Amino acid sequence: MAYSFDFSSLADYAPVLVKGVAITVELIGVGGALGVTLGIACAWAKTQGPRWLRPLVEAYVELIRNTPFLIQLFFIFFGLPAIGVGLTEMQAAILAMVINLGAYACEIIRAGIEATPKGQFEAGASLAMSRLQTFRHVVLVPALQKIWPALSSQIVIVMFGSAVCSQISVEELTFAANFIQSRTFRAFEAYIVATVLYLALAVLVRQVMRGIGALVFPRRSVAR
Amino acid sequence: MRADRRTFLRTALAAGALLGALIPVVLSTVARADTLADIMKAGVIRIAVPQDFPPFGSVGIDLKPLGYDIDVANLIAAKLGVKAELVPVTSANRIPYLQTKKVDLVISSLGKNPEREKVMDFSVAYAPFFNGIFGPADVKVEKVEDIAGMTVGVTRGSVEDLELTKVAPPTADIKRYEDNNSTISAFLSGQVKVVATGNVVAAAILARNPPKKPQVKVLIKNSPCYVGLNKDEPKLLEKVNAIITAAKADGSLEKISQKWLGAPLPADL
Repeated sequence: MAYSFDFSSLADYAPVLVKGVAITVELIGVGGALGVTLGIACAWAKTQGPRWLRPLVEAYVELIRNTPFLIQLFFIFFGLPAIGVGLTEMQAAILAMVINLGAYACEIIRAGIEATPKGQFEAGASLAMSRLQTFRHVVLVPALQKIWPALSSQIVIVMFGSAVCSQISVEELTFAANFIQSRTFRAFEAYIVATVLYLALAVLVRQVMRGIGALVFPRRSVAR
Repeated sequence: MRADRRTFLRTALAAGALLGALIPVVLSTVARADTLADIMKAGVIRIAVPQDFPPFGSVGIDLKPLGYDIDVANLIAAKLGVKAELVPVTSANRIPYLQTKKVDLVISSLGKNPEREKVMDFSVAYAPFFNGIFGPADVKVEKVEDIAGMTVGVTRGSVEDLELTKVAPPTADIKRYEDNNSTISAFLSGQVKVVATGNVVAAAILARNPPKKPQVKVLIKNSPCYVGLNKDEPKLLEKVNAIITAAKADGSLEKISQKWLGAPLPADL
């Protein structure tokens, strides 16, 4: 191989990379938490919620799942200012991620809820729980437990999707790699570093999700 | 073997004959070197123009070249009283076309630099080409320090990005976009207050007749366009310079600038 690697030229740009990682973590931290919350709310609305709400949620989920993330991002960042809604690039990026993850998480969580036996709802009702209480205590937690690995994967996918936020000048990890590439012309090195960092972040996200799972579903070990 | 030798001999003879025929031609061009007289005699001037660089040169829907450079080329031909033969070139082959005398002039948004000055001559400037900080009329920026605390859009990795990064005050919030279109969108949607970009990009924004009209506020780098011609053509150079100077004075160049760049000619051009 004729290419000689020179990672030393990247050293000057270490702060750019550190900032990039920090912003990617912020995006997926905030976006992931809010997105899953939105997903749970939508899954509830779709399975248990009032009848009038269901078509609205259905429309939202289908709209988001059938359009590219980049278009959603551009719509929010470049489109909304036309009607007076000016968001900073960070707000726009997080909003786009929440809306995007919310739709996918909704479908994943709904699958978990629908896989919960009907008897479990009836058990809740027989304990004089309200519908919301039944959902919260009896249905949701076992449902989440069932789909937790799928949800974790979806969050990692959305984190990779955050790479396109560099298009609206969010200075996340992909922006950092592109920036270094355009300043040093060391494309190979810059993207190798970005690849390794994304890999590490993905592993980290999965570990954090596993940790949360172990906290929220301690019964799992008892049940099996 | 024998046939081979014969072929070789024939080839050598042919090459010799060709050379013999060429030498007087080459000598005569070197000796006379008066392209202007040739042009006037032929009644045609061959001019290299761009076709891939709007608004300086592109191809219209009728497949005819159009743009700033094409208008200037036609203007020069008209003032010489000859027909213009427009030769489409790319930025890579425009100077070779001139050096090999396939064209008499290069009007192809050509900038001046020392390397080029070694191999060719330049007329007076005929078009502005610069990058700078652009903003709407109501934003007050007079020098680069004034962008402190402002959001400035720029295309990542462009010349203006590198220059702006060097000179911008630390509190200026530079937003770097992937390409010129994103930078334009960020400006038009109000995501950034001002943009650092080229006058050509600003012209592209103006061509869409947007509510926010970018005006140049601060010049970052100035590299106007010149007509390129071969060395040792003093008569042609003098004539071209006279035509451009006259066109500046009588407002016809101003008209071309307004038409393609949507901006007046800078006073110092």
